[in-house]
Amino acid sequence: MDVLLDNLDLYGPGFLNTVELFLISAVGSLVLGTILAMLRVAPVPVMRAMGAAYVTIVRNTPLTLVFFFFAFAFPLLKIVDAETFGGSASGYYFTAALAALILYTAAFVCEVVRSGINTVPVGQAEASRALGLTFGQMLASVVLPQATRAVVPPMMSTMIALLKNTTIAAGFSVFQAGSISANLAERGENQLIGLLWVAAFFVVLVIPMTLLQRSLEKRWSIAR
Amino acid sequence: MSSVLFDVPGPRARLRHRLYAVLGVAVLVALIAFVVYRFAESGQFDSQKWTWIQYEKVQIDLLDALLNTIKAFAAGAVLALLFGAIFAAGQLSDHKVIRVPSMVVVELFRAVPLVVLIFVFHYGVSLGAPFYSVVLGLTLYNGSVLAEVFRAGVLSLPRGQSEAAYAVGMRKTQVMNYVLLPQAVRAMLPAIISQLVVLLKDTALGFLITYEELLRYARYVGSIFEFGRPLVPVTIVVAAMYIAMCLLLTWLATYLEKRNRRDKKVIELAQKPAEDVVAAAV
Repeated sequence: MDVLLDNLDLYGPGFLNTVELFLISAVGSLVLGTILAMLRVAPVPVMRAMGAAYVTIVRNTPLTLVFFFFAFAFPLLKIVDAETFGGSASGYYFTAALAALILYTAAFVCEVVRSGINTVPVGQAEASRALGLTFGQMLASVVLPQATRAVVPPMMSTMIALLKNTTIAAGFSVFQAGSISANLAERGENQLIGLLWVAAFFVVLVIPMTLLQRSLEKRWSIAR
Repeated sequence: MSSVLFDVPGPRARLRHRLYAVLGVAVLVALIAFVVYRFAESGQFDSQKWTWIQYEKVQIDLLDALLNTIKAFAAGAVLALLFGAIFAAGQLSDHKVIRVPSMVVVELFRAVPLVVLIFVFHYGVSLGAPFYSVVLGLTLYNGSVLAEVFRAGVLSLPRGQSEAAYAVGMRKTQVMNYVLLPQAVRAMLPAIISQLVVLLKDTALGFLITYEELLRYARYVGSIFEFGRPLVPVTIVVAAMYIAMCLLLTWLATYLEKRNRRDKKVIELAQKPAEDVVAAAV
């Protein structure tokens, strides 16, 4: 308990940064992932191929490597000035972490959205067209309600994974929950207890999300 | 092609699609051209930055690093499968004394980020060589996920399977070993292998605790001054190695799935509970 109470100035900002990383990259990856999913179901073969290529490459690359690229290799390409981009050197690492998390998670979001769309049988759309619904009406009252049921539970799993993945930024000069222990070590605190506190906080954050996900899954699997 | 969102295109839509295709190709070419231009501009194509590949020492060390990655993967995979099997059995047990603790353990290790888990073993408990921390972390985390996969597989089988087995007079262990498990493992094979892909990717976390794996070696070579600090080329090569290994595993998964589909002995599950487990394999 002392380790936690004496170092609240580490735990507070640490988890705040984690949540900030999580929220920004969640929004970013949802947007990018949906665009990629649109590419993957598009009626144009070139677009489908582009989406598929992105997903295949990114899904099979370790997130640590993506972080590695953006933290160390990307500045060498001098596309953006590392100093001005993100304000400062540490600001750059934060932006780099965001870029890595968004680009990586988007591939998984894309797959979830795509498989969600695919669970809706083609007959549903054909039937609504036969009834004379417009494209918007069909989307809003037939396809999306059904697709949502198939998308939301696995999407929550993806977001939980994203929250946990933010800790990888610890190895790339971003101060957040994962790097609390290194700072504790500098203060000569017991690292084991410090780390167990970090783990406990994650359990507190993740378990409710898991439970919500399960209950949604259960409720919707009956309705389908 | 007709999908939920798009009807079979008529003549005007086909024309529009052709236009989209041209636009798509244009965007793609522009993107590639930009990347190539940036590479050329920042000197990534300089011959000096690629000379490192020619040195025998570098090649051997790179293979050593790759071997370390594979070692961590192999040890982690075997142990995780074992851990998963044991805790899945625990979760499915009829005895509350066994079921509840197994559930708690599985939920706990699934909720804690792998990085924190590895840090606990390396910095907290000081297990010594980083290899042990990496393997233990991989085992506990992926083992818990696999336990969940196994459990979902057994639960998704039609009830008639176990009922019939009990009716024939089998005991609990026999029902599990001879009837449920063989079918569950087959049904779950794709999910199991995609979790192994995750495990393979997660070995890269060893980088954070200075385990001498591929990424750590890439950092080392990438900072050597004599080669002109070839961080970008090295990253590309290492990424290609990871992608190749993961694709190989994924290919194995699709191959097994295809073979399964041919096989009449596999039961078609009413719903695929594995799907969100697979989708969650981030």
